[in-house]
Amino acid sequence: MIPLDHVIGLSAVLFSIGLIGVATRRNVIVMLMSIELMLNAVNLAFVGFNRMWPGSDSAPALSGQMFVLMVITVAAAEVAVGLGIVISMFRNRDSVDVDEVSLLKW
Amino acid sequence: METPLLLFYLFAALAVGSALGMVLNLRNTVAGAMNLVLTMVSLGGIYLLLEAYLVAALQIMVYGGAIVVLFLFVVMLLNLRQDDFAPARAWLVRVGSALLAVAALVGLLSATRGLPEAPPVPAGFGGYAQVGEVLYTDYVLLVEVVSLLLLAAIVGALILAKRKID
Repeated sequence: MIPLDHVIGLSAVLFSIGLIGVATRRNVIVMLMSIELMLNAVNLAFVGFNRMWPGSDSAPALSGQMFVLMVITVAAAEVAVGLGIVISMFRNRDSVDVDEVSLLKW
Repeated sequence: METPLLLFYLFAALAVGSALGMVLNLRNTVAGAMNLVLTMVSLGGIYLLLEAYLVAALQIMVYGGAIVVLFLFVVMLLNLRQDDFAPARAWLVRVGSALLAVAALVGLLSATRGLPEAPPVPAGFGGYAQVGEVLYTDYVLLVEVVSLLLLAAIVGALILAKRKID
């Protein structure tokens, strides 16, 4: 039996690693990958908590896994649009450095 | 130690190690994407141990297959093998983000201490039959909304990646 504290702890560690990646890296593709890592950490927490409260034989509770399916779909959509933005950014600036794209920054 | 627990620690170490490898790899974006594949697959293994069988299969298919392949495709399309800029952010940003990450870690860990033991699962828990039944009865609106979202994403990605809109 896997203790749930350890599952949530692993989720917290992965989330923090993703947070550091988003905050410190300048390569926009690596930033997108770090966002994926953070979404995965949240998925792990969802699955862990769903394992904790699985419902009964007559009425299984699967809300956590439903949310994971939803997050996976949203992540796929996000990556498709995000990488489209990266491609058009590379076409305009010839770089994937986020510090090059600071037009909206004061 | 029993086998599932041992497997959990193995997968957890793999996931954390490869996640660190992805974030700290400053030279090669392709290697970073490969590390991300390893993270996704080990998380899929953990989902199996947590008896979320359909989610584990989808994790490996969608994340390990589709999403990371999309990343690799873009990296190779843009010819970015050498990541020639180091993370030369201001030290303030670096320290701030490290503090933020540590705060998130401590907060999450202290909030989840002393959780009760997980009860035994109902028969067929997390298999495709049960998940599918719930998905297409209680959550059918969610499925419809997600289909709209995917359509919007397809159109958006096409328009963004196109050179000129005719």
